[in-house]
Amino acid sequence: MSDVATTLISLAARRFNADAATLTAQDDFFQKLGIDSIQALDLLTDLEDEFDVEIPDYELQGVVTFAALAAVIEKRR
Amino acid sequence: MSGVSWTLADGVYELALGIDPCNEIGTVMLDELERFLDAVEPQKAHALIIHSTVAKGFCAGADLRELYTGIVSRPAEEHTPAVREFLDRIHSVMNRLDMLPLTTIGVIHKVCFGGGFELALTCDLLVAERSARFAFPELRLGIIPGFGGIPRLKRDVGNAVVRDLLLTGRSINAKKAAAVGLVSQVVAPKEGLGVARLMAKQATTFSRDARVTCKQFIKGLPEAELEQEKEHFLRLFQNDVVKAALRKFVESTDVRPYL
Repeated sequence: MSDVATTLISLAARRFNADAATLTAQDDFFQKLGIDSIQALDLLTDLEDEFDVEIPDYELQGVVTFAALAAVIEKRR
Repeated sequence: MSGVSWTLADGVYELALGIDPCNEIGTVMLDELERFLDAVEPQKAHALIIHSTVAKGFCAGADLRELYTGIVSRPAEEHTPAVREFLDRIHSVMNRLDMLPLTTIGVIHKVCFGGGFELALTCDLLVAERSARFAFPELRLGIIPGFGGIPRLKRDVGNAVVRDLLLTGRSINAKKAAAVGLVSQVVAPKEGLGVARLMAKQATTFSRDARVTCKQFIKGLPEAELEQEKEHFLRLFQNDVVKAALRKFVESTDVRPYL
């Protein structure tokens, strides 16, 4: 798993009170964390702060796994 | 308890928006804002703070469910007059808020989308908690912002930023909003109201005449563009794609309608 994906999972676990050890890069974060799009925006803000990037929402259409989300972030670092 | 309430203490009004789920602007919110504006006594105050007591955010925008229900329950020939009536009322509310002879401060957390962003743009100053996100997603529905948001955004920031927000529909965070000049202060979660109270207290120390004169001099109402925006919105609203987009939004059970 990439460093970005590891950090991403750690942030998501902290934000939504989940156990990071139970999350994998291929998990669907909506399903696994039980979050909706509004909560996903909180995660987006956390990620932008942590990685000092801007992630346009439209690039996240169809992005549901931690690995895919990490790939979007890596393109902008 | 769900609703809108306000207080006046030490020369500062505080307007608390608390309509579940996220302060959507429909007839209930409109009635409440009109009630506040009819009751406010500017000569007794120096500042107004507008904030949300709803955890999900400041305001998620127009009440699309009410809008869609209003369409499907009426014959087609009544759609435009009904929307125009609503737009006339909400424009009047936004204009009155915009021009209040008080220093107005908006406190933003989490969602500040569409009509909520338009409401925020009536404020003189914005304090954004780090969780805040601002967006104009209207083009996704086949319309443009219709509550006066475009002229007000143009008033406050450069046209490249206006184009970025409008033509992509993307959301920006508090840090970016501050960087482009939309937000005057970015603060930690749950600290927005406290910081806004300090700003409001500062306003109470100024001469009323100087404060009001200064605001009138630096903040004009873009009346012609506000009227143009309304007409553009009404024309676009008659397109079939809008009804289809509203139906899709209202009937969607997807947890990701905003993405």
